[in-house]
Amino acid sequence: MEVRILDEFRTIVGGRGLISSPEELHTYECDGLTNFRVMPRAVLLPNSTQQVQAVVRLCHRERIPFVARGSGTGLSGGALPVENGIVISLARMNGILEVDFPNARVVVEPGVINLDVTGRVAPHEYFYAPDPSSQSICSIGGNVAENSGGAHCLKYGFTTTHVLGLEVVLPDGSLVHLGGKTLDTPGYDLAGVFVGSEGTLGVATKIILRIVKRPECIQTLLAAFPSTNEAGAAVSDIIAAGMLPAAIEMMDDLAIQAAEAAVHANYPNCGGLLLVELDGPVAEVEALMTHVNEICRSNGASEIRKAQSDAERALVWKGRKAAFAAMGRISPNYIVQDGVIPRTALPQVMSEIARLSQETGLRVANVFHAGDGNLHPLVLYDRRIAGQEETAELLSSNILELCIAAGGSITGEHGVGEDKKKMMSKMFAEPDLVTMQRVRCAFDPLQLSNPTKIFPTPRLCGEKPGEYVPRPLESAGIAERY
Amino acid sequence: MDAATKSEASGLHSALRYKFIALVGNEYVRAATAADAVARAQPKLVIEPGTERELAEILRLSNEAGLAVIPRGGGTKLGWGNSPARADLILSTVRMTEIIEHAWADLTVTVEAGCTIQRLQETLGQHGQRLALDPLWPEKATVGGVLSTNDSGALRLRFGALRDLIIGVTIALPDGTLASSGGKVVKNVAGYDLPKLVTGAFGTLGVITRAVFRLHPLPLNSHFFSISTVNAEETQKLVLAVQDSKLAHAFLQSHFSDEKPPASDILFEGTEAGLAAQETQLRVLAAPASVCAASNSSWTARQELWAFSDPASAAIAKISILPTNMARTMKLVAHSAKAQQLRWKALWYATGLGWLRLEGKPGALCAALQALRGELQGQDGSLVAFHRPSKMPAFDAWGTASDALPLMKAVKQQLDPKNTLNAGRFVGGV
Ligand SMILES: Cc1cc2nc3c(=O)[nH]c(=O)nc-3n(C[C@H](O)[C@H](O)[C@H](O)COP(=O)(O)OP(=O)(O)OC[C@H]3O[C@@H](n4cnc5c(N)ncnc54)[C@H](O)[C@@H]3O)c2cc1C
Repeated sequence: MEVRILDEFRTIVGGRGLISSPEELHTYECDGLTNFRVMPRAVLLPNSTQQVQAVVRLCHRERIPFVARGSGTGLSGGALPVENGIVISLARMNGILEVDFPNARVVVEPGVINLDVTGRVAPHEYFYAPDPSSQSICSIGGNVAENSGGAHCLKYGFTTTHVLGLEVVLPDGSLVHLGGKTLDTPGYDLAGVFVGSEGTLGVATKIILRIVKRPECIQTLLAAFPSTNEAGAAVSDIIAAGMLPAAIEMMDDLAIQAAEAAVHANYPNCGGLLLVELDGPVAEVEALMTHVNEICRSNGASEIRKAQSDAERALVWKGRKAAFAAMGRISPNYIVQDGVIPRTALPQVMSEIARLSQETGLRVANVFHAGDGNLHPLVLYDRRIAGQEETAELLSSNILELCIAAGGSITGEHGVGEDKKKMMSKMFAEPDLVTMQRVRCAFDPLQLSNPTKIFPTPRLCGEKPGEYVPRPLESAGIAERY
Repeated sequence: MDAATKSEASGLHSALRYKFIALVGNEYVRAATAADAVARAQPKLVIEPGTERELAEILRLSNEAGLAVIPRGGGTKLGWGNSPARADLILSTVRMTEIIEHAWADLTVTVEAGCTIQRLQETLGQHGQRLALDPLWPEKATVGGVLSTNDSGALRLRFGALRDLIIGVTIALPDGTLASSGGKVVKNVAGYDLPKLVTGAFGTLGVITRAVFRLHPLPLNSHFFSISTVNAEETQKLVLAVQDSKLAHAFLQSHFSDEKPPASDILFEGTEAGLAAQETQLRVLAAPASVCAASNSSWTARQELWAFSDPASAAIAKISILPTNMARTMKLVAHSAKAQQLRWKALWYATGLGWLRLEGKPGALCAALQALRGELQGQDGSLVAFHRPSKMPAFDAWGTASDALPLMKAVKQQLDPKNTLNAGRFVGGV
């Protein structure tokens, strides 16, 4: 990068806000998905909206692509730098600006860590509902960009449900306010579009969040089943009975083993473990828990146990949330996959995954958000064995094909990023993708904000849609082109 | 006179008309009548395609020919928003009513845009499920219309708005593209969330042809209570206390008017044991206000607001404020109404959204709305006028747009560059 531009960046963010030495830049080469690496030209750490605007304006003037970065825990390469581009780290913008309990709203800067929001409002018995397993390290800005989920999103909704408004620096450096503190601000729901856009529509510099009152009571049940099939059947029965638990999570034997090795969560040893959490008024939860108990028993649960104390509950969740990292205990390398299926397709997709695992000889551990059909198959392999990494990658993407075939999605919460671009055209038709890119062009006509992510084939803004394909009606002679 | 001749009389090029007829059949292309007028605009033709492909094709042809198109579902809220700048053609979804797939075990439904909410709910009810939404006039309102106007009611407090219930959508764009986004599963972050973009877009970006929703189980039991209070301050105190409590109510709405002291309705859903316990807690919390069992009429409170006697002397506005501004807003309303000699009635949800009806002389209505909007916009709020008497002085339905207006215009430009759909009806002239 030219010295004059670096100097200009330095003037904006100050000496401490600019990283340009190769040694230090290494940290920013990748996010949580470490097999993609690109060295950025510089990393900027602005500490205010004005600084972000100035940085982005300069990028716009010089046509320098930029990638926003929160904590870098993303698992799809979303924060992967782009060639010849810079990284804008929001780590220094980590203030909780306003806490308004009567209106249950909190205003934060993007670098605030997810769990710190709950930490701040917990004394008044409120919490911030979206709880990704990475919540002790990931940033709200990253959550917004990925529309992150978590175990409790089954009942409470994903990040998008909890974001009321955003302050965004658009890719030309201008500042806009999307949504707001009150509901239904007149105009298009662009806050809804921005959430989940993976950093491709600009940089969020302020976020208005909704917080939720802690329920009167929370109860967590562990049920051990012979396999994930029986556990899955129990999940279907719970849903069919008209219940909406706060969370339903499932782990298979490999995942249980790993979690046990890592955090000694004291899980029963079994082929399929269900964690069911109910919350709400005491009387309601107790009545429903009895019912959940019956359902688990009638589906063949050998052991059913209720977490007896807050400490025990916390341990149960610690085991679940550590599941990814715990794979390190049972395998030298692993790939974290994230796919979604309609819940009813679970037995069929599970047996297909087992078949793929058998065919390749690679073990697959399974952790699910079972209530909403979000699978996290973990493909275990050993990089030192020639060819295994490729086999693992193929197996992992075959699992996504299973998800698509079952009518599901290629990602439930980790995003498309760099990793799943190619899969997009398997899930969506060309006109669907072109339409999304037209929306992108409204925000970022020069394609400077995290370009090269999400979409398999980049389109220049202003480009006309592809060659005209006659529609069926025309081919059938019922209509003709005007 | 057949449709072709009639519309020729109204100036629609005959070659194009025959194309429409060839596409959908003669009986589904007809000349528009006065009953098809939208606000002050009189369209020439009404077309009722039977499939989304047909709909997209008609839209493409119209767009190429420079015709202005107004999508229509049940027609219950066609008057909302500003009067269209142009109107040539009504594109009706009346024949697109199929419930394509109720995947009850997965708690999702895929439905065509023209299906009425009532029919949808009846079908879902057969499996003990519902779309957790209570929009206006469900027997006539369609999925597409309710989505486009983002019409939510009291259940929003617990289950969220349409933006939280819709998980997939297919839209027809003016260039004939049929584009889908989202999907059929509840959890999905692949690609941009266009279901949210078209929800509440008032049909200005594309025509919604089908939608996928997440569903909720019908409640096991439900109990309504009514709580009376002496004034708006006390109502607000009560509402904030309930919101800050551990009650798990499904809705909480308050009634205000120039006639009676305020009252609030609260709905609990769940097991009998849970309901009994919550009733006890409510009685502790609401003292000294009086709590009594209420009737099912709470469901239709918003519709009653719309049942005004004389459309020429009534205005209805949707107001959005912070929940803590409720008492203050009711004072403002009472004050403006008094100053302008208006009758008034309001329904307020604990989410901060409220509906206000004012009745009186058109000029006075305008003055009161203007004054209210000014105050509310200064407090992060908004006022959108959904019914205005035709004789009322000019008053924009939406109010001042935010600094995101240029961006909104850019989105419109990308998807509907020729301004074919609902021209001029939306925010900031979009
Ligand atoms: C062990 C582990 C467990 C995980 N568990 C979950 C889980 O349960 N659920 C889940 O959903 N995810 C999970 N994740 C994934 C990841 O933590 C989330 O995607 C998280 O939201 C990323 O936040 P971040 O701050 O690390 O963002 P980054 O990784 O830094 O960035 C993610 C994306 O956000 C963009 N971005 C960041 N900040 C901004 C901003 N201010 N404005 C615009 N764009 C921005 C980036 O450009 C990038 O595209 C897990 C990750 C790990 C490592």
